[in-house]
Amino acid sequence: MKTLVIAEHDKGVLKPETNKTITAAVKLGFDVDLLLAGENLSAMSEQAASIAGVSNVLIADDTAYAHQLAENLADLVLSLADNYSHIVASATTTGKNFMPRVAALLDVAQISEIIDVIDADTFKRPIYAGNAIATVKSLDSKKVITVRASSFDVASEQAPVSVTSVTCKGSVGLSEFVSEEQTESERPELTAAPVVISGGRGMQNGENFALLNGIADKLGAAIGASRAAVDAGFVPNDMQVGQTGKIVAPDLYIAVGISGAIQHLAGMKDSKVIVAINKDPDAPIFQVADYGLVADLFDVLPELETAL
Amino acid sequence: MKVLVPIKRVIDYNVKARVKADKTDVDLANVKMAMNPFCEIAIEEAIRLKEAGTATEVVAVTIGNKSSQEQLRTALALGADKAIHIETEEKLESLHVAKLLSKIVEQESPELVILGKQSIDSDNNQTGQMLAALTGRGQGTFASKVDVQAGTVNVTREVDGGLQTVALKLPAIVTTDLRLNEPRYASLPNIMKAKRKQLDVIAADSLGVDLAPRVQLVEVNEPEKRSGGIIVEDVATLVEKLKTEAKVI
Repeated sequence: MKTLVIAEHDKGVLKPETNKTITAAVKLGFDVDLLLAGENLSAMSEQAASIAGVSNVLIADDTAYAHQLAENLADLVLSLADNYSHIVASATTTGKNFMPRVAALLDVAQISEIIDVIDADTFKRPIYAGNAIATVKSLDSKKVITVRASSFDVASEQAPVSVTSVTCKGSVGLSEFVSEEQTESERPELTAAPVVISGGRGMQNGENFALLNGIADKLGAAIGASRAAVDAGFVPNDMQVGQTGKIVAPDLYIAVGISGAIQHLAGMKDSKVIVAINKDPDAPIFQVADYGLVADLFDVLPELETAL
Repeated sequence: MKVLVPIKRVIDYNVKARVKADKTDVDLANVKMAMNPFCEIAIEEAIRLKEAGTATEVVAVTIGNKSSQEQLRTALALGADKAIHIETEEKLESLHVAKLLSKIVEQESPELVILGKQSIDSDNNQTGQMLAALTGRGQGTFASKVDVQAGTVNVTREVDGGLQTVALKLPAIVTTDLRLNEPRYASLPNIMKAKRKQLDVIAADSLGVDLAPRVQLVEVNEPEKRSGGIIVEDVATLVEKLKTEAKVI
């Protein structure tokens, strides 16, 4: 029995979610192979081979995998599946996209977004926007699993293991990459940042999000947003923290002008320390906040920046 | 072209789910139910394609007990032409749902199937992708824009770093993200009209799909409660507490 983890990468760098997914995979108790599929992978393969817990790195270097299109990637994973009892990926938009396709092609169920491994068959996962935690046991012989990265630690480093190439399958011809539009940001990635400061509808407009910049700079924080702020067009949607956006669990989460709807809480309530700044003392966010400050954010934010 | 829209009856998104005392599941007795919000977006997109002259027929389908016909009537009131109810009392998993839907795809041969990206009860985010796999079609998940051309559909997808556009060969499967559109409300005359639209009922067992469980629900628990916090007086106290008490900055 072995476990296959499918690595995720962007612009030639492995994503931190992959390291955390390996931590989850190691908990299953079997050898872990890491599959790296994409284009121009040599630099990344060294990085991949040095993640503690990985026994072997498999490389699939082909233009068909350049944008990790679900149809082509699922076909590749399927061709390797015979050797593995567990197939695991991060519950990022990429993992969520191709993994259920793999599961259906293998005729097995998928266990989505696990937050804990009980044993090789049994896992915990949140349901109902995190209002309940289900313990589920897979009855299939092969397990297809996605991992909520924020629930696991980053794997440490090891002396590099061997890297082998696997047979590429090429494109299955159902889909083609057309274009991408990436949001430019010099700040740490939202899901990996130790500190996150998020703005909500209370920010009133997109320009006011600049008030968060100075604080984010001083704390090395990523800037997030509630769905209300995204829907109002204040900021792009990849900044959204919540059930339908990104799930974060930083050391410190600062919610500014966010009421604390269920959908938002589902994305951040596992943060270590939560600070809420809101002028409404009855806002539900104060029920989960470790430290609450009832005040007008426009008075308090400049003050906070100076105080840091 | 024909568009098929699978929808799901779920707990209303405003209701906070409670875990049963015996920890066997979430308590859904006497809880308000509604159409899954992502499914509403899927219906809306199909109707907009019809209004634009791209789609000729919109078929809504659901799998569930008799009560799920309420949500099919809602879909018909919003503008779907016909509804199919696959009746079962069982609580099905995504793979079962995808398999049952693949039978309906075979039967109806829609060029486009639009589903919600996830249901807000099980939060699985699997059915659309599984249906695409089982029908051998391309998939455009987390769609924020759908542009149907001759023989292809361009889908702009919401991915972690921003947006990605893919071109899929038709027939294809699309799953909706929140920003694809703003769903309309059903008007009273349309709700009345919907009562007369065609609604076919098929027994799930008659479709020849193995519905044996693949996942066993062992237990359902409340999430760990956060311990109650404190309200601080001012910014200085807040910064002080974060430095000395919480030690996070």
